[in-house]
Amino acid sequence: MDLELQDLGEHIATSLSQDVIGTEVAFDELMVTVRRDAIAKVLTFLRDDVNCQFKLLVDLCGVDHPERPERFDVVYNLLSLTHNQRVRIKIQTDEDTPVPSVTEVFSCANWWERETWDLYGIYFADHPDLRRLLTDYGFEGHPLRKDFPLTGYVEIRYDDEQKRVVYEPVKLTQEFRNFDFLSPWEGAESLLPGDEKAQAAEDEA
Amino acid sequence: MAETQIKNYTMNFGPQHPAAHGVLRLVLELDGEIVERADPHIGLLHRGTEKLIEYKSYLQAVPYFDRLDYVAPQNQEHAFALATEKLLGIDVPPRGRMIRVLYAEIGRILSHILNVCSYAMDVGAMTPMLWAFEDRERLMEFCERASGARLHMAYFRPGGVGADLPDGLLDDIADWADAFPQMIDDLESLLTENRIFKQRTVDIGIISAEQAFDWGFSGGNLRASGVPWDLRKAQPYDGYEDFEFDIPIGKNGDCYDRYLIRVVEMRQSLRIIKQCVEKMPNGPVKVDDRKIAPPPRSAMKYSMEDLIHHFKLYTEGYHVPAGETYCAVEAPKGEFAVYLISDGTNRPYRCKIRAPGFAHLQALDFLSRGHMLADLVANIGSLDIVFGEIDR
Repeated sequence: MDLELQDLGEHIATSLSQDVIGTEVAFDELMVTVRRDAIAKVLTFLRDDVNCQFKLLVDLCGVDHPERPERFDVVYNLLSLTHNQRVRIKIQTDEDTPVPSVTEVFSCANWWERETWDLYGIYFADHPDLRRLLTDYGFEGHPLRKDFPLTGYVEIRYDDEQKRVVYEPVKLTQEFRNFDFLSPWEGAESLLPGDEKAQAAEDEA
Repeated sequence: MAETQIKNYTMNFGPQHPAAHGVLRLVLELDGEIVERADPHIGLLHRGTEKLIEYKSYLQAVPYFDRLDYVAPQNQEHAFALATEKLLGIDVPPRGRMIRVLYAEIGRILSHILNVCSYAMDVGAMTPMLWAFEDRERLMEFCERASGARLHMAYFRPGGVGADLPDGLLDDIADWADAFPQMIDDLESLLTENRIFKQRTVDIGIISAEQAFDWGFSGGNLRASGVPWDLRKAQPYDGYEDFEFDIPIGKNGDCYDRYLIRVVEMRQSLRIIKQCVEKMPNGPVKVDDRKIAPPPRSAMKYSMEDLIHHFKLYTEGYHVPAGETYCAVEAPKGEFAVYLISDGTNRPYRCKIRAPGFAHLQALDFLSRGHMLADLVANIGSLDIVFGEIDR
């Protein structure tokens, strides 16, 4: 399985040498990182090439890494029924740079791109209908970003006097508790106070 | 005489409509009774599951999966359990795997009963719902006896299943599996050759194999278009390769074929259930690793170490090595998958849920264009849509 995937990775890398940044096989899964601008071309190739035939786009989603300069990944999961294989395509982008839409290649990308725009604020260029999908009408912000609080900013209730649903800032009766389980007892470097000098002396020698 | 211009009529369908299968709001553009455009507005049941899971430990994330496709909760848990196990690099003991297969098939029948019957109700047949829900109730009793909950089982956990089956349950399941084919026959006698039912479903909402690929179809809806593809056969997980069962495929890809596929799949699931009952091995049901699976309650009464393990597991949970995986299972509605990214802590960094219904509902506009308004209802019913998994 691994060898087949590596061969497939090499095939993709050589056929699209201009656009592929890297390939990686982990957990019996092939991941290909490509240039952002070439995503439509790459997906078309993967769909139509005889050795690939990834005819199903099974999933499209965003991932947020706020510490990176290009903070978002857009991940495309493809499935080939003919070869019984899966491949994962990744591109990177930031808040302002649009990603080319792939609705022309796979019709089903439409809603997934809308969802990704809704939840992450990743803009898809040339999308036919880029509206919010999952959140409320008139919602502000992109909730799946790591800097969006879990509780959100507004809460709703029915106001009996105004006879309508009203939006109010979130009031928590108890502070949100977020425990840090990265315990210092586990996995931390065991550097005792004073030992750093010994370490420095060793490095010099 | 001057020609009169007739404007298209825009109509709201749902969200409180019995044929909308939950909270679907459709904005329809109608020319008379012909659907020109259907624009589904979803998200009315959006609960932010993916965001919540990022703030929970791996074990705490399991119950959220029950609440996605609440008709067959265990199949969702299955995908999450498999993904976590893959990242942890653990293998579930044989009995645990077979219990999972058994309950995954029970979930499949649960879902198909609901779909076939509510679909029949959508197109005018009331009786199937009244008849077959008795068996759904029996199945949910089996769920309750294994896990303590009728619906939201939280039973398939990373590392195995929550608890072993109680005595006598397998015999009762076997008895039920012997009796249930009669109910399927009765259902079929009401629907399959029924003139009204066929008028409402045959040649309605046809989708070819190529179009189904383009729209990301999977599961029964893809098989109805004549594609022999089932993850249980193609990419077997949890020992599905050891079972004998057939994959039904359709010819026309219309509403009627999608219904037939589900009926035949129920019979095939029964075959798997019977094989499970026959072949059920003895042994543990979860991994023998105290860092992942909790110790038995009795051991905690006198073993300090087990008590510590229990405390650590239910407060901190386990740390999953960094990595990412895409794990799919053949859920009743299609390919349900979890794309799990771990950063080495005790919480998932990202857990994208790939719901089959999401792709199917998106094709509703394509399927319904040019059909009558009443056929739209048949299309919604035949796609097997449940809003818990679409809105997440």
